[in-house]
Amino acid sequence: MVFLNLLLSGCARKQEEERIKIGVILPLTGLLSTFGQSVRKGVELALEEVNKGGGILGKQIECIIEDDESKTDGAQTVVTKLLTKDKVDLVLGEVVSSATLAIAPLCQRYKVPLVTPSATNVEVTKVGDYIFRTCFIDDFQGSALARFAFENLGARRAAILKDVKSDYSIGLASAFSKTFKEMGGEIVNEQAYAAGDTDFRTQLTSIKASNPDALFIPGYYTEVGLIIRQAKELSLRITLLGGDGWDSPKLVEIAGASAEGTYFGTHFSPQQPTPRVRDFVSAFRQKYNEDPDALAALGYDALRLVADAIRRAGTMERVKVREELAKTSKFTGVTGDITIDENRNARKPLVMLKIEGGKPTYLTSIEL
Amino acid sequence: MNLFLQQLINGLAWGGIYALIAIGYTMVYGVMQLINFAHGDVFMVGAFVGLVIAQLLPDKTSPLSVFLVFLSAMFFSTLLGILIERLGYRSLWRKNAPRLSLLIVAVAISLLLENSGLLLFGAAPRSFPEIIPSKSYFVGSIIFTNLQLIIILSCLLLMGILHLIVMHTKMGRAMRAVAEDSEMSALLGVPRERVLSFTFALGSALAGIAGVMVALYAPQINPLMGLLPGLKAFIAAVLGGIGSIPGAMVGGFVLGEAETLVSAYLSSSYRDLLAFLVLILVLLLRPQGLLGKGVVEKL
Repeated sequence: MVFLNLLLSGCARKQEEERIKIGVILPLTGLLSTFGQSVRKGVELALEEVNKGGGILGKQIECIIEDDESKTDGAQTVVTKLLTKDKVDLVLGEVVSSATLAIAPLCQRYKVPLVTPSATNVEVTKVGDYIFRTCFIDDFQGSALARFAFENLGARRAAILKDVKSDYSIGLASAFSKTFKEMGGEIVNEQAYAAGDTDFRTQLTSIKASNPDALFIPGYYTEVGLIIRQAKELSLRITLLGGDGWDSPKLVEIAGASAEGTYFGTHFSPQQPTPRVRDFVSAFRQKYNEDPDALAALGYDALRLVADAIRRAGTMERVKVREELAKTSKFTGVTGDITIDENRNARKPLVMLKIEGGKPTYLTSIEL
Repeated sequence: MNLFLQQLINGLAWGGIYALIAIGYTMVYGVMQLINFAHGDVFMVGAFVGLVIAQLLPDKTSPLSVFLVFLSAMFFSTLLGILIERLGYRSLWRKNAPRLSLLIVAVAISLLLENSGLLLFGAAPRSFPEIIPSKSYFVGSIIFTNLQLIIILSCLLLMGILHLIVMHTKMGRAMRAVAEDSEMSALLGVPRERVLSFTFALGSALAGIAGVMVALYAPQINPLMGLLPGLKAFIAAVLGGIGSIPGAMVGGFVLGEAETLVSAYLSSSYRDLLAFLVLILVLLLRPQGLLGKGVVEKL
């Protein structure tokens, strides 16, 4: 009996050793649960596909998914558990920058690579050489949008209406303004609002008087929806554009018909006409009976990119995996071709959408 | 010049809305020397009643629906105003409790209403349905919308009606008597408690209507939306001279325009700063306000 027990536990240990363990930290409940659940769906779909294809290095991948309840201290608790008890080979997460910044120092100390699918704050990857991200950063987004406004829309005089309460909005605005001026454009008016405002007529009136070709609104959909509506009311007949803060079905709900003909940049569109995206969308629909959103696509790409790096490393040694992650170049993801740069940030295209017939429609991809 | 006129028009709608809310503050202060800090939340309740009714109605944009939305918002906020006075203030007022106690109750009612709103509707902002489809009109290069027109005209109309009530009805006369000298009016047989109820009802009805107006003009509402406009209207009432109805109207329009001009020519970040600066300056330099009586009282 004792012998049998030993035999069984030996087997179990052997099986465990043959698995590659990836810890996944997501906000599955609480305030950010919709983000966390989307990423989880993408990660699980990618996991299923990799494992069905025989895993990597002949081993299956096991994802240990932990919920941090949308709290930064929750993220710290579960990352400690993953690093010390489960002894994972790699950590994937978190969704938002604040929680990612909370867990990054621990991963760096244990020298376990951390890959975040969606934290866009510049500081995240500055924590150390084991911290990576597979999404673009705010600066990139602002610059790419400026390029789109200048080259694709032919705008030369741009105005900006930014949310002074949000670092995201301020960051996007300054990157946009810098690139737009470098390209030879002129920022003719820069106005501000604060998150929670509902009346923007004053700012829009003064923007109108400065006669721009395009208005850049780097905000979140709640205010942007109202801004678009009030711009129409004041018959501001210029192109309106913004970033991924616009990416919500609520935008069109709030702005109504006024949203027609506006543009925004984001991470992903299910309509992108590449075979890679088509396959992903149909597999996602089959598994979950819904269309993937940007976060699901980012989660999917993150896990596949990690699997690819491990395959290239040929071993589970963390130093080697880290090196291969850093060497990632032109990885074909559903959110575009991803190259990891020297700051461990992703270089990838910005997907531009135009709202037509009440729906965001894929237009083009912008690279810098 | 056109730009300046355009900005004045933008400010006019907010001016009217501030004035409507400020009237409620000033009337209640007139009859019972109380700053009813729950007043801004009555305004919020008006907007949410409007939202619920608008969502129930099948044909949202018909004139009848619009009328029903305004009427129900007015009805429920009137009811709420009467309830607040009955349950919150009356027993304290009867006992001649210190004014500070009444003020604390006012803050408590305000918190109660806000948090009940959060419980019922959640903190996320809600879109208000477009029951009056927006249209823009041009005069030369100046644009105004049908909503701005409706808001300003109805504000003026309501102020006209209020003037008639206060100056030419028995209840209005009673209100003025209580405001003039509360104890003397009681000795002369003025039913003071009925006057209090009536004053709260009147002020709350105006706040309810203002709530729907704001919901139409800036169609995103949340349970904390009453906080800032409530404070601004209070400032408008102080600016005009607290206790004076024409003062509240003037104060509302002056503040609305001043805010718009500050965000137009300086920066929108200074808008709220301006309002509170006005409050401090008025209290320091002219505590009786623009049109108030020259009696200086400690608050």
